[in-house]
Amino acid sequence: MTQPFIKLENITKKFPGVVALNNVSLDLYQGEIHGLIGENGAGKSTFIKVLTGVHTPEKGEIILKGNPIKIENTKHAIDLEIGCIYQELNNIPQLSVTDNIFLGCQLKKKSGLLDYETMHKKARELLKDLGQDIDPTLPIEKLGMGHQQMVEIVKAITKDIKMLIMDEPTSSLSETEVKELVDAVRKLKNKGVGILFVSHKLEEIFELCDKVTVFRDGQHVITGNVSDFTNDLLIQNMVGREITQQFPKIEFKKGEEILKVENFTRYGVYRKINFSLSRGEILGFSGLVGAGRTELIRGIFGADPIDEGKLYLNGKEVNINSPEAAVRNRFALLTEDRKTQGLVLNASILSNLIITCLCKFKKGLFLDNTKICKAVDHNIKSLQIKTPSPDTLAEQLSGGNQQKVVVGKWLNSDAEIYIFDEPTRGIDVGAKVEVYNLMNKILEENKAIIMISSELPEILGMSDRVIVMRNGNITAEIKRNSKQFTQEDIMHASWDDSAIKE
Amino acid sequence: MKNANGKNIDYKEVLSKLGPLLALVLVSIALSLGTEQFMTVGNITNIMRQASINSLIAAGMMMVILTGGIDLSVGSITAFAACVMGVMIKNGIMNPVLLIVSGFGAGTFVGYINGILLTKLRLPHPFISTIGTRNIFRGLALLITAASPISGFPKAVQYPGTGDIFLGIPVSFLIVIVMYIGIHIFLNNTALGRHIYAVGGNKEAARLSGLNVNKILIIVYAICGFMCAFAALVMVGRLNTAFPLAGSTADMDAIASCIIGGVSFLGGKGTIWGTLIGSLLITVLRNGLNLIGASADMQLVVIGLVIIVAVYVDVLRASAEAKSKRLAAKK
Repeated sequence: MTQPFIKLENITKKFPGVVALNNVSLDLYQGEIHGLIGENGAGKSTFIKVLTGVHTPEKGEIILKGNPIKIENTKHAIDLEIGCIYQELNNIPQLSVTDNIFLGCQLKKKSGLLDYETMHKKARELLKDLGQDIDPTLPIEKLGMGHQQMVEIVKAITKDIKMLIMDEPTSSLSETEVKELVDAVRKLKNKGVGILFVSHKLEEIFELCDKVTVFRDGQHVITGNVSDFTNDLLIQNMVGREITQQFPKIEFKKGEEILKVENFTRYGVYRKINFSLSRGEILGFSGLVGAGRTELIRGIFGADPIDEGKLYLNGKEVNINSPEAAVRNRFALLTEDRKTQGLVLNASILSNLIITCLCKFKKGLFLDNTKICKAVDHNIKSLQIKTPSPDTLAEQLSGGNQQKVVVGKWLNSDAEIYIFDEPTRGIDVGAKVEVYNLMNKILEENKAIIMISSELPEILGMSDRVIVMRNGNITAEIKRNSKQFTQEDIMHASWDDSAIKE
Repeated sequence: MKNANGKNIDYKEVLSKLGPLLALVLVSIALSLGTEQFMTVGNITNIMRQASINSLIAAGMMMVILTGGIDLSVGSITAFAACVMGVMIKNGIMNPVLLIVSGFGAGTFVGYINGILLTKLRLPHPFISTIGTRNIFRGLALLITAASPISGFPKAVQYPGTGDIFLGIPVSFLIVIVMYIGIHIFLNNTALGRHIYAVGGNKEAARLSGLNVNKILIIVYAICGFMCAFAALVMVGRLNTAFPLAGSTADMDAIASCIIGGVSFLGGKGTIWGTLIGSLLITVLRNGLNLIGASADMQLVVIGLVIIVAVYVDVLRASAEAKSKRLAAKK
């Protein structure tokens, strides 16, 4: 092949605490579909953002058709004929298909009024070119996700995009829709458009791509022709993250069953989920981002309604239809996003810690301040929260200490089932260990933990049992003492559709 | 059943869009059966006259709400524009063109200020900026008139508020119809109009598509001010007086018209015709309750209930739609 359309050389991008991309080089050609795969946190998203001008790399060169350039921002990237279809589609749901396609570049009649006749016609033609029969006058929110994707592609075509990045385009599509998308992408390729296809589905990589690249921990691992790879070979290249960290895991004796989930289903999100949880146990949930793990625990916690399913607490069926009911039944949810969902940031540590248990501190009609201060002082000591005073605002703490406050808040509430969603995201290594120690403390009190984590080392380091999810289904359940309790086996279950049991 | 494009007609959707119109028709039928005066030419033209001031303000409000905003200063803008004209005749300027241009200038200017406060000063929400200007321009209207009404407008200025065309149809209502058709074309057939929907629907996506969101917002608030000035013109004509305290409940009536007419408070959704129906429904209810002899207090209760019921029906429809979409994924 001739000169690459865009050539990235030795790109390095750092964020506080992590090297998101480390010396990555890649050539992308027009008329070629290039697959990009890697585990959560491998650097795919950062790489996309470098190409679209959202991030500027610290080191490295970007060469467009032979000329070194700097991509300033998203708009500049589009001017350079580089476009991206994000997983979260960027459309305006209430507007029609035509309006979305021509937003910002509408066609007008001589009178200055919009020429809808021509625009509708052109939109219809462009969609037909991709094999789609879509009524362009419909509001886009009336279309299914597959058709919305098609509109995004057409939007890119009208902007003369030569290099189209597609970030997990099939993650929310049905099987038929995927087939249609695959056809459309092939048609684009034949028109000479280059495509960077980021996917979590290996079979799509094999079906669609000419080349494939694997990233791992921000590094480029391998690039090659798809025909030179097998399923196993790709997975082998993705795993192999070194476990450098030590985990303070203590295995406690398992008590009786505390929670049983039966046939939990929310159509289109997760279905027929069954599992149980015992006292003294950490049940890890592994899987790719978007596998339905967070949605499942939101369903269990009553934050979103479920369509089918039953929930048993200590052997008794309970109906949890709101987070309030969940808390009453001694659940605690430690959300992924502490800042917006876990803490009242502009309130003191003291207020945050006692928010769940104020009634414990009543003295007659009033609150017993001495008792509160005592309890909070005890909290701060036992949780080892590093703060000058209990009156310090939560927003002034580091991520690790904030997480400790969230744990403390729930410890004070007498919760028995702790659900941690990404418990150590954005926390430095030292603080991570302290959070793990708190988990041990929870288990020691004969309580139980569900832990969602996208970090395989964390899953392997702390779980007593791990459940792997893919596309809303459970694909594997592996005990800590099993021979399959390895990175490779978990990866297989989270990447391979054939692992889904009906 | 299929429509011209060969697509299936969604009855539920048609019904939900026609809901407010249906309510208007039902209320009108009930009133014409229940009272003798309702279905008379005199009363109908009366309703048109009563509805016109609120309809003009509601049209401006509708565009603001489309962008996901709110304008609480509309009543003050209306009074201020009226008083600017009043102060001019007090000082002997009786040229109708000059008077009307100044009135429009004043209203549009205040709307422009609202837009600037929101975008350039980056005040976090139009609720704040317009509650500020609501007070400022009510105060200024009182200051420039020394808090007393001013009468004696020239005939030409009174015409939009008092004149009739044929069959006794008031000029003011004709203005409403012409303006509404104009706004309909503006919103649906010009780039700027579509951009207003885009900004309200998804501000971030609109920005990433290369639209100048701030400019669009400033224009929308200025248009709202312009529509208030139009209402002020009709108002001084009708009463031949500029009242500095006029329009003190105009903001809530305008917002209520939009909501009843199905304009989404979150922005991006709504039609100008829905707003007209909302405005007419409020006026017809008031008129009818007057005819029945219901007290003013009772009228407040009824209008309040109508607002809540109208939005609740919309909420029910939206959640039913979301559920049927989810169930479709079951397959």
